[in-house]
Amino acid sequence: MNAPVTTLAPSAARRLGTMRARRVVIALLALIVLALMLASVAIGYAPVDVPAAAADLVAGRTTLPALVLWELRVPRALLGGLVGFSLGLTGAAMQGYLRNPLADPGILGISSAAALGAVIVFYGGLAASLSLALPLGGIAGAGVAALLLNALAARGSSTLGLILAGIGLSSLAGALTALALNLSPNPYAALEIVFWLMGSLSDRSLDHVLLCLPLMLVGWGLMLSIAPALDALTLGEDTAASLGVGLVSVRVRLVTGAALAVGSGVAVSGAIGFVGLVVPHLMRPLVGARPGANLLPSGLAGAVLVLAADLGVRLLATRPELKLGVVTALVGAPFLIALLLRNRGGRA
Amino acid sequence: MSLAAHDVRVVLEGRTILSDIGLTLERGHFVGLVGPNGAGKTTLLRILAALVAPRQGRVTLDGHALSGMSRDARARRIAALFQGAGIGWPMTVREIVALGRLPHRRAFAGLSGADEAAIARAMARTDIGHLADRTEPTLSSGERMRALLARALAVGAEWLLADEPVTALDPAHQLDAMALLRAVSRDGAGVVAVLHDLALAARFCDRIVVLAGGRLVADGRPEDALTDALLARVFGVTVERACAADGTRYILPWGRSGSLEDSDDAIT
Repeated sequence: MNAPVTTLAPSAARRLGTMRARRVVIALLALIVLALMLASVAIGYAPVDVPAAAADLVAGRTTLPALVLWELRVPRALLGGLVGFSLGLTGAAMQGYLRNPLADPGILGISSAAALGAVIVFYGGLAASLSLALPLGGIAGAGVAALLLNALAARGSSTLGLILAGIGLSSLAGALTALALNLSPNPYAALEIVFWLMGSLSDRSLDHVLLCLPLMLVGWGLMLSIAPALDALTLGEDTAASLGVGLVSVRVRLVTGAALAVGSGVAVSGAIGFVGLVVPHLMRPLVGARPGANLLPSGLAGAVLVLAADLGVRLLATRPELKLGVVTALVGAPFLIALLLRNRGGRA
Repeated sequence: MSLAAHDVRVVLEGRTILSDIGLTLERGHFVGLVGPNGAGKTTLLRILAALVAPRQGRVTLDGHALSGMSRDARARRIAALFQGAGIGWPMTVREIVALGRLPHRRAFAGLSGADEAAIARAMARTDIGHLADRTEPTLSSGERMRALLARALAVGAEWLLADEPVTALDPAHQLDAMALLRAVSRDGAGVVAVLHDLALAARFCDRIVVLAGGRLVADGRPEDALTDALLARVFGVTVERACAADGTRYILPWGRSGSLEDSDDAIT
């Protein structure tokens, strides 16, 4: 009995080390998110004396700086964090569930369906009459997608069936979005839709935050609750089921959680690509490959990435302003190519 | 102390995979489940682990229907080893073994002292303590099998169901794995393994269950179950029988009997 104890002792110590390393990574990321949110509040196009504006806010004085702070800066910073967290968390959950490092939050078609929902609202002219019509349309789109996918998941369809349904849903939503653009009554409406689809956090209000926050919180909870199941699924569905994992329940929680988090994210910010795909890869070397351990760090790192990109958009004062989704794609695409090349190299 | 299938019939995607299966397994025995490809061995294992529900009949654990037990309770009592899906992420061996404790853990709780002890025991038993921090892609087939077996042992279940645990292993590791499975059964667990190697099955198992075409065609001690007539009819082989230097009798598949009931094509 002596031998195993002595051989296990150092590994136990190292494991404790990786657990501590994970906590340190999470704490550091949380601090960076906070710092970036503060920076996001402080930096903008109009120079605002932030402490003075904050003092006005607290004192209840409705001065112009206080309004800028409360109506523009704070919502933008909060949304950056919320949307980023949703994308990172969903990306990690999708990759873990599908056992595929190239899965992204949109793989099941939820993002495309949310975008289509918003575009339909745009097209119908509702957006002009009600400021929240656009995000509500997006959420409705994601909801329809989630219902379809859940109907399939609850029937016990295979993972491959779920992916194929997602790809089908994604292409259909994309086609209908293109149709809306094609039939657009005037070029300006089409341009507006295209710009919206590129993703942005500018000119959002606290109403947007209040609309998506509760949905996202529930979605995050659902996805974090499947962490142990994702670990077990590393060994395949049969082994996971033999460990007490309810496969249908996991699928439904994943699809619903992703629809709530990413659907409401796309609904308020448009499509912001590559964050959910890239972030889990950045976290794996730091926190290990166990999919359940990757969820929280990926969420936080997603928030860091989106907040940083949104700061970059504002600091890079181009005319017109760069869209957030364009920046994340510009940064993300080379990373994806590097990843594919490295994977190929690893196998050869 | 028994795991039993009563008059089980399984239909998957419109095809009858198993029919008229009546089988009572006792703890403390090492049972080999053999049969040609497509005979329904893996499906029977999945039925016993409650991973598929039978169309007809029922599976009971100590007299209680498996379908009536909670998933976690079932998972704590019946461990299953499937290797087909591989290991999806480069997790460390220790993390893989720790997965065996999932049915014992409460939501969001860490590993308890009992979990740590079970993991250490399972790793010592399969002799993989030195691999604890290695990750999946760097493991040899033998090391990977031992890690997955340790994962299954870490559950600490009364039953261990293993699907082809020795396929793709070199002879030394095959012998180690079979000896280990037998030792686990001697400690009181019921062990059921799907095996393709008739020589290993006949030598190590206490009992052999033979499936062909979705039906149970023989069940008994190896020498009673694996008769020349059955081997010719079900497997299409003749065997050489002899006695090893230590006095153990063994069989070795030697030639084709030529009367194979084309079961490969008909059933797979």
